[in-house]
This record gives sequence, structure tokens and C-alpha cells, in this order.
Amino acid sequence: MLKYDIVIIGGGPAGLAAAVSARKSGTEKILILERDHELGGILNQCIHNGFGLHTFKEELTGPEYAYRFMEQVFEEKIEYKLNTMVMDISPERVVTAMNREDGMFQIEAGAVILAMGCRERPRGALNIPGYRPSGIFSAGTAQRLVNIEGYMPGREVVILGSGDIGLIMARRMTLEGAKVKVVAELMPYSGGLKRNIVQCLDDFGIPLKLSHTVVDIEGKEHLSAVTIAEVGSDGKPIPGTEERYTCDTLLLSCGLIPENELSRSTGVEMNPVTNGPIVNESLETSIPGVFACGNVLHVHDLVDFVSQEAALAGENASAFVKNGCKDISDEKGIEIKAVEGARYTVPSTVNTERMGDLLTVRFRVGAVFQDSYVSVYFDDERVMHIKKKIMAPGEMEQVILKKSALEEHAGLKTITVKIEKE
Amino acid sequence: METRELTCIGCPMGCQITVELDGGEVKSVKGNTCQKGDVYARKEVTNPTRIVTSTVVISGGDKPRLSVKTANDIPKDKIFDVMKDIDAAHPSAPVKIGDVIVENVAGTGVNVIATRNISAV
Amino acid sequence: MIYDVVIIGAGVTGSAVARELSRYSDLNVCVLEKGEDVCSGTSKANSAIIHAGFDAAEGSLMAKLNVEGNEMMDDLARDLDIPFKRNGSLVVCIHKEELDGLKDLYNRGIANGVKDLKILSKEEVLEMEPNLSDNVEGALYAPTGGIVCPFILNIAMAENANVNGVDFFFNTEVQTLKSDEDNIWHLRTNNGEYKTRYVINAAGVYADKFHNMVADKKIHITPRRGDYCLLDHEMGDFVSHTIFPQPTKLGKGVLVSPTVHGNLIVGPTAIDIEDKEATATTAAGISDLMAKAGMHVKNLPIGRKVITSFAGLRAHEDNHEFIINWVDEAPGFFDCAGIESPGLTSSPAIGRMVGRMFKEKLGLKEKADWIGTRKGIVETKNLSIEERNELIKKNPAYGTIVCRCESITEGEILDAIHRPLGARSLDGVKRRVRAGMGRCQAGFCSPRTMEIINRELGIPMEEITKSGGRSNIVLERTKGGED
Repeated sequence: MLKYDIVIIGGGPAGLAAAVSARKSGTEKILILERDHELGGILNQCIHNGFGLHTFKEELTGPEYAYRFMEQVFEEKIEYKLNTMVMDISPERVVTAMNREDGMFQIEAGAVILAMGCRERPRGALNIPGYRPSGIFSAGTAQRLVNIEGYMPGREVVILGSGDIGLIMARRMTLEGAKVKVVAELMPYSGGLKRNIVQCLDDFGIPLKLSHTVVDIEGKEHLSAVTIAEVGSDGKPIPGTEERYTCDTLLLSCGLIPENELSRSTGVEMNPVTNGPIVNESLETSIPGVFACGNVLHVHDLVDFVSQEAALAGENASAFVKNGCKDISDEKGIEIKAVEGARYTVPSTVNTERMGDLLTVRFRVGAVFQDSYVSVYFDDERVMHIKKKIMAPGEMEQVILKKSALEEHAGLKTITVKIEKE
Repeated sequence: METRELTCIGCPMGCQITVELDGGEVKSVKGNTCQKGDVYARKEVTNPTRIVTSTVVISGGDKPRLSVKTANDIPKDKIFDVMKDIDAAHPSAPVKIGDVIVENVAGTGVNVIATRNISAV
Repeated sequence: MIYDVVIIGAGVTGSAVARELSRYSDLNVCVLEKGEDVCSGTSKANSAIIHAGFDAAEGSLMAKLNVEGNEMMDDLARDLDIPFKRNGSLVVCIHKEELDGLKDLYNRGIANGVKDLKILSKEEVLEMEPNLSDNVEGALYAPTGGIVCPFILNIAMAENANVNGVDFFFNTEVQTLKSDEDNIWHLRTNNGEYKTRYVINAAGVYADKFHNMVADKKIHITPRRGDYCLLDHEMGDFVSHTIFPQPTKLGKGVLVSPTVHGNLIVGPTAIDIEDKEATATTAAGISDLMAKAGMHVKNLPIGRKVITSFAGLRAHEDNHEFIINWVDEAPGFFDCAGIESPGLTSSPAIGRMVGRMFKEKLGLKEKADWIGTRKGIVETKNLSIEERNELIKKNPAYGTIVCRCESITEGEILDAIHRPLGARSLDGVKRRVRAGMGRCQAGFCSPRTMEIINRELGIPMEEITKSGGRSNIVLERTKGGED
């Protein structure tokens, strides 16, 4: 059986950053397994700019951002296999993978880093009534067709969901000569960045209809029209508000779901809020030596944060291997809880002995909050109270915990993150 | 006197900003809740610019399309002129990140450059 | 050329009949199908259940063929490599006052010849199915009930017929038909005229149209729409038996059942409509489904775990009976009409019955070299590492995963494309190997499957369809159509 110190599942932004960081932490035998025919993951099709402001202090396109990390992987001579699908990861960290050249093979891994990314919510999961013609795509599939393969799905477009990929595709389709008629968003607010709403919709006069959804799909063979309607506060369409749009393309941008089929079959404990693994301060899952980072852990809005998180996972995986792959799962440490407005936190526990001087705790809020506070409690004592002019579900928030502060609170059981009005 | 309504892109707040202009000169900026909004609004009403990203047809490569961008931002009202030049470009592989694909696109003085590598086959 | 037999429709009935007729020598048979593939109408959208046979009226042809079809299924599944499992079915009673109804069903089942039926107490049934509603009062247990892959059942019979010499013509819609003075039938289609001595009408929801063109005694078929929800693999073991409510006059009600591929299916509704193509689900239909499904099982997370919803049309004939016979006033015209549930179950028995009637009438002789078996597409998912590697050594395409939800390799897709009556569309591939049938519903694999179809069959990308006709996926090249 092949043996590697660290096997990284996925060669997208998370996998690349984890690999580079693990190598810089001194681990020699690293292998990246990537299912596509090139490294870079979803960034290859994200040809718009706006990536990397935090990491590189300049705005890059997706492929450029990916290439910055790919270069480091090449320079560090980190091994990778393309067109390789991981079929199974055992709790003992035996990775079973397959490709055309090697067939199906197994690798004994000192540590495994899960970096499989996420996927889009498909139409089926949205349960939109109507026909099932061609012409309906998730925004990401359309993005791949247009940007990589060079095919136009259609000429008259309606978009459901105002997530960033949907907004970006509204502009892309427009620039390629299509007419984007409307973007409908079920929620009363958009999940996309303001910048994308302005530069992808407003710039081109594309209307955004909040609290609207698709209630009918027409076309027995190819899509011919959709009907959208306003939804009430109960989330149900309001009769009489229907508007019909003739179109040949419907793009769905209705959320991303971490892709954890492998993690689940390995037996990794999952967080039902994020649909990602539950991890400790080292980004280690419930299975010792199996780490997770990037969108497979929780969906990010900025790739810079994916890279940061992945670097931490790489460093910790490297430390795990150096320490002889010791199972320390019984030393969980302090629980981190999200309540009252905060939906979840990553990580979910922190062991002060294993954390660095600072630990970034990322979370999302469940609604739009204006002029509110992010509060952190150590047991019952409020230790942080940070004023925020605005917080929205579409933007990830974070607080930074200091090791010294945690150490001062001996016997601390629970850290609570909550949103407070005052 | 002309007034313009804008949505600030500085943060998720998305302040609705009203700018009053007189003969192209900004007279007042209202509705913003921080300095970022003021700066954004003044630029957006006097000299709005954008980076344009797209693809071009490429021959002889392992991919049918090459992703490109304007190396700097171009005037917003030139977006479609820029696209016209981009759509007409037809480089051949190999291409490296940063290679100039269209010089002085649509007379803006800005080049269109490749944003990925494509090797020849 | 004059065919001996033209079958209208390559659904499960037409294909079963085609296979049975392919046994005989000196018989030229073809199937005309308006869709682009076999199994593209009613046969593709149903509950995928092999019914035990206690529902149909005692003494009816429907009852007889249901029980026969059910009994034939083990051998057929083995011979043609069809995914099939006898998981047993339960008709669940949730109102004490309706317990007598179970007894009636039991008695009818016994009269119809259904084996091993048993009435279970509340305790017995809850032990078998802990996720049933707490209101359950008892159940009728039919161990002979089963689940099948309806696509492969249909496709396998058609493939096998094709291997044995039956021609299939797709995208060929019969428009009119009439017989001449020599009793030769002339079928006008969008692809020219077909001539034949005998016509078998297996046109599903359109069977009345063809029947009424030639017969004095008219029949009427109502498309009865059924909405379904398919749930994720995670829910595949929510129940292990097929769970029916007690039947009503509109049908067997909303069932909850595992599928042979490990999903959970919920449906159907029963809504009589006019339009024979109206396979659109409706908001009302889906919410009706969700409400009804929850009555017999508890805490079914249908809203969160649904991966797709779809609707099928049952070919409901006014008298709710199969019409399988010669049409007296139209010599040479044979009906297989009104084939609604339990049509899928009955199909092998319908085929056998029609085959025997033709044999008798035409004096047919069986071929010595008839091939009765078919090898299905390898399901690599179930192979060991060694078996996989052997396959990959022979054909490296088996080492490339195309559909990651269902773990389908390129090798399987190539087989689906290149075998007899191979797939030419995304749905054609999907029905044969399940690529695109998983939780992402082809979001990831469709561009890749298109590339394979493009490369293997030379169909331009712009002309590759989801399911024939105008259902092309992409419109044109970006940048003015250049490659």
C-alpha cells in the first residue's frame, strides 16, 4: 500500500493552501488528490475579479488566485494526482481512490485533510412545480459551460436566487449577449455582496425582486417561460402577484451545500447547521487525524478566508503527524456555542494547550442585524462586546480569541457567541 | 441641478446615497453613514470605472476558451465597446497569465490580458 | 418492405410484446416510438413497484396478469439482469373502523391467487416498520410485493427484442393508419410510411386515439397524473417495505417505498387531466403529496431530503381494465390499451399473452437460436478493488468517475451509449446507468456526459438533448459560434 504523511482530498483553493502550509510546517510526503483534470477547483471557472484582496492586497480573478497557490505547489514539488476520485476514507485513514492510470488504489495516510468544497443546491431540492424541460441549470453549471467550455445555454435568462454566483452569471450572460430579464430572490434580502448587486445587476438595468420565487416552469421539451410570484412572510406565494417571463434559460443560485458524502461515510460527526464536520481548534474532525477546511467545512464568501483556514489545517495536520498521529480526541477542551442570532461557530471546541496565540472563530448570523453587538461570553461573563453597524447572513463574521485570555479563566467550560441589541 | 441615487458597495449596509451635481460638479453627498460612502459616491458619479472580465476564443490549446481581464479599470460606459474587441480577439496557444491579448482595448489605453495559462496541444 | 407486425410504442408494454414476438421465426417485427428512446412516456414515471395483485377486481384480466407478471419477475430479472427485489408490501390501516377494508383486500388477494398474504396486528407491523405512524391499527402484508428499476425493465426487454431481430425506430410518430383492400396496414408517420400485416397498439395514454381511428366501439383513456418526490439515499432505509395506505377509487393512494437503487420514493397523487403531455408537477399536487405521505409514516423529512419531483401519467381507461385483444372490425389490429397500474408488473405477462395469441393465430414457430438472456451494464459501484482493476485494465474508462453522486464511471456510460438501442441523450444515459440521478441531479456530470456523447456519437454539442426533440442543453458557441 502507498504511504503518505498527509493526503489532501481536493486540489481547489483549500487543498492547495493546506498542502503548501503543511509543507512549510515540515511535512515531506504530501499527496493531493484532485478529481478534475487540473488543479484550482471552482476558481478556474470564476473568471471575474475580486479575489485575494486580503491575501495578496490586489484584486485577482479566480484562475489567477488559484495559480498563485499552484505555483507554490509546483515549487515545493508537492505530489498530486489529477482525474482521481477518492471513493472512500476509512476511520483508520486508509484512502481508497481511483483513476484511469493507477486503477483503484489505497493509501495509508498519517493525516487526511478534507478539502472537497461544496456544491450547489439543485432544482430538485427546491421542489419548484412545473415541467422538467432542458434549459434549467444551476448557476455554477452554466458558469462552467460559458467560461470553460465556451457554450451559451440560451439567450433569454431568468435567475432564481441572488447568491453571488447568480449575480456574477447575470453579468456574464449579459456580456455574452444574452438578455437577463429578472433575478428573483426568495428572501427579503440578497445573499450576495452589495458590490455584485450594483456591478452585476444595476450596471445593466437588471431588476432584482426580493421576496419572490418561481412558481411555475413551462416548456415540455425546452424551457419556454417561468412565472414568478411574491412570497408572503410565511414563505408562500401570494396569489395575484404572478408575473410570467418568457425565457429559454433558468439559472438557479439558491445556496451551496458542503460536499460531505465522503466525510459522512467515514463516520465524521456533522454539524446540521453548516452541513460540514464538527471540528476543534485544530480543524480536526471527530475522527482523529482527519482535518477539514474550506467550503467542505462551512461555506465561505471569501476565498482568502478559505486559504487562511486551510493553512491552519495544513499546519495542524503536519503537527499531528509529527506527534506520531496520537489520538487526543478525549481532550476536547472548552465548548464554543452559538446562540441568539449567531447560527454556528467554527470551530466548536477549543483546547487551550493546542491553540496558537490567537484563534479565529468564524460564524454567521441568521438574519440582518443593524447597530448590534457581537458578544462573547466566558461562561456567564461577557468578555467581548463589539459594535457592528450591520451584519447579514451573506457575510461571514469572526471573533478572535486570545490564548492568554482563555488561560486567565481557569476552569472555563463554555464560550458563547451571541448577537445583542445592546 | 441633477441628483443621482446610488447604492454604496462598501459594506453589506448598502446605504442609499443621494448625490447632487451641478454641471458635473458634486454639490452634496447624502445618505451615506461613513466616509467610505462619500468617496465611493463621488467617484461613481464623476468617473465610474470597472474591470471587465470575459473569455476569448483560443486556437491550438487544450481549452477552447481563454479567460481574460482588462489590466486596469475602464470607463463604465465603455464596457460593451470593450466586449466587442474582446469578442473579436483570437489568440493561439500557448498563452501565459499576463500575456497581452488586446492592446489598447476600445481606445481606453488599457490592455486586455490573459488570466490563465493555456498550453498548446 | 412490409413488416409482419408493427408495434406502436416502445414503453414497457410494447417492449414486452416485442420481446415475446422476437421468439418466433419468419416474423418481421418493428417498434415505432415517437420519443427519442425506449421508456420515454408513462413507463419512465411511476412508482417502480412490482405489485402483489390484491388490488385489481376479482376475475379481471388486470388481476390475472398482475399475479402472473409478479410470478414471472424473478426469472425475468435473472435472465435480463434487471434490478429487482421482493421487499414485500404493507397496506397500512390507520383508522380502526377501516380494519374491515384490510380483510376485504385480503380476501380479494386470495381470490386473485396472491400467495402468502397475512393480516398483521399493530404490534406485528410496528415491529417490521418502526417508522410507521403511531396511529397504525394493522396492515395487510404481501411478501410477494417487490420493487424494480422500471427503466431497466423496459430497456432490457427492448434490448433483448432488438438483439433477436426486432427493429426500433425512434422519433417516429404514427399520425394516421388505415388498412387497404389486401389487409395491409399503412401507417403514416413523420418519417414516412410503414406497411405491415398486423398492428399492435401499445401507445399508452394515446392508445385510445389509435383504437378509435379503426374501431366502431370507442374507448376513452384519461391521463391520470401522479406527482412523485424522490428522496436522497440517506432516506433509503426509512422503511424497508413498500407502504401503501388503504386504496380508494382513484387508486392505491400515496405510497412510501424504498427503491432498488436505495432512494425513497413518495407518491403518487391522482389527478385526472385532459392534456396527454402534461407531465408538469403542480404546487397543489406536491403539497397534497406531502400531506398524505405523512399520514402513514412519522417524521418523514420530505421537504429537506427531496432530490427531485416529477409527474407521470397513468393511461386510465374508463372501465379500469386492460384491453388486450384483436379489434373485430379492424382485421389485423390488436389493442394493448388501458395499461395503467399494475401495468409495469403485468408487462411480462401481457407480452406472453400477446405472444401466445399471435402464435396461435399466425401459426408461428419458435426460433432455434433465440437469445433469452441479456447482460446488463456492469454496476462498478458494487465491485471489489480487484474486480475494478481488472475492468480498468481492459478499459481505462472504468477508472474515471463521471457522476459522483451515484459513482458512475465513464466505462458504464460508454456501454450505455454503445449497446443495442444505446442512449443518445442525457436522460437516455441516466435511465441506463443513473448518471445524473443522484442528489445533484446532473449539475456536475451533464457537461461531462455531453462531451462523451459528442465524442462517441459525433452529435454536435448544440444538438445533444436532455430527452430528444427540442430539449437541447446548450444553444450555441460563445463569441459568435466559433470553435
